[in-house]
Amino acid sequence: MDSSKAVYQGLKKAGIDFVVSMPCVNLGKLLEMVECDPEIIHVPVTREEEGFGIAAGAYLGGKRPAMLMQNSGLGNSVNVLASLYTLYKLPILMIMSHRGTEGEPICAQVPMGQATPGLLDALEIAYINPKTPEEALKLIPESWLLAELGGAPLGILLDISFW
Amino acid sequence: MEKIKALEQIASQLEDELVICNIGFPSRELYYVKDSPTHFYMLGSMGMASSIGLGLAMAQDKKVVVFDGDGSVLMNLGSLVTIANQKPKNLILVVLDNECYGSTGSQCTYASTTDLKKVAESVGFQNTFIFPELEKNIDFTPVLETEGPVFVHVKVKAGNADVPIIPLEPEEIKERFMGEVQRI
Repeated sequence: MDSSKAVYQGLKKAGIDFVVSMPCVNLGKLLEMVECDPEIIHVPVTREEEGFGIAAGAYLGGKRPAMLMQNSGLGNSVNVLASLYTLYKLPILMIMSHRGTEGEPICAQVPMGQATPGLLDALEIAYINPKTPEEALKLIPESWLLAELGGAPLGILLDISFW
Repeated sequence: MEKIKALEQIASQLEDELVICNIGFPSRELYYVKDSPTHFYMLGSMGMASSIGLGLAMAQDKKVVVFDGDGSVLMNLGSLVTIANQKPKNLILVVLDNECYGSTGSQCTYASTTDLKKVAESVGFQNTFIFPELEKNIDFTPVLETEGPVFVHVKVKAGNADVPIIPLEPEEIKERFMGEVQRI
């Protein structure tokens, strides 16, 4: 099963209808699928923090939001996650291409890649780390239910080897 | 005019519009002059008011009015670019510009030399309004009748009114606001 298609179908099964995004090379195919889907409002943003603000507004407006981003964007979004999402108990799915993991060719990706799980822990954001497309397809819809029930963001970390 | 007067005058001309209000004194002052379940008081996350407004405007059909500040807009300038490109017809972005970080001791922002209305126009806002600081009365009707996205630059005096902290819990603000969004 194709990894991008598995994530896309997982998002569809979860009922995600509003996506904000910053690109990563590993998210290319997924971004195309989202962009072509007439049932999903897709908003490319200038910075991940802004994307979380837009997604929060969409949730208040009745949508089910997800963010597609590289894990580096987590660093750009720490305050909005704590001071908006945690404060108001808002859900979102954070689909993160986790760079700096095994097989990473660019050394600049490594420090943030290593810091990512610890940052999520510090923010008390639960996350999953599906290793195969089948696992992603199964877990993403359940992740949304958890996010909505808990009123909290939920991270889906997708390592380099996932793609 | 004082910021609280501008908030009072504009809010008194709003009915069913959904309002996103900026962190700090703007939210406290708006709550003091007029509270409504249609108000979302953003208590944290400086810079995010215009982004929340954009997402809300794109998610549903009701008109959305954002009360933002000059320091907050400068913190999230990319938001102006995204709004101008997404072009939500139901979004009005009001920037209450006192040329300073009013909630932290009135330290200067660059808005005294950088004209935020010109910034908005240069990134693609086609409909903009200016209300100068000496304006006595803000007639908001032409703004409400203009197709969005609209950028409204309101120059206000520095300083805050002596108003208390909002006594609502964040979840309470969220839940009554979402109830209002869903009400037809």
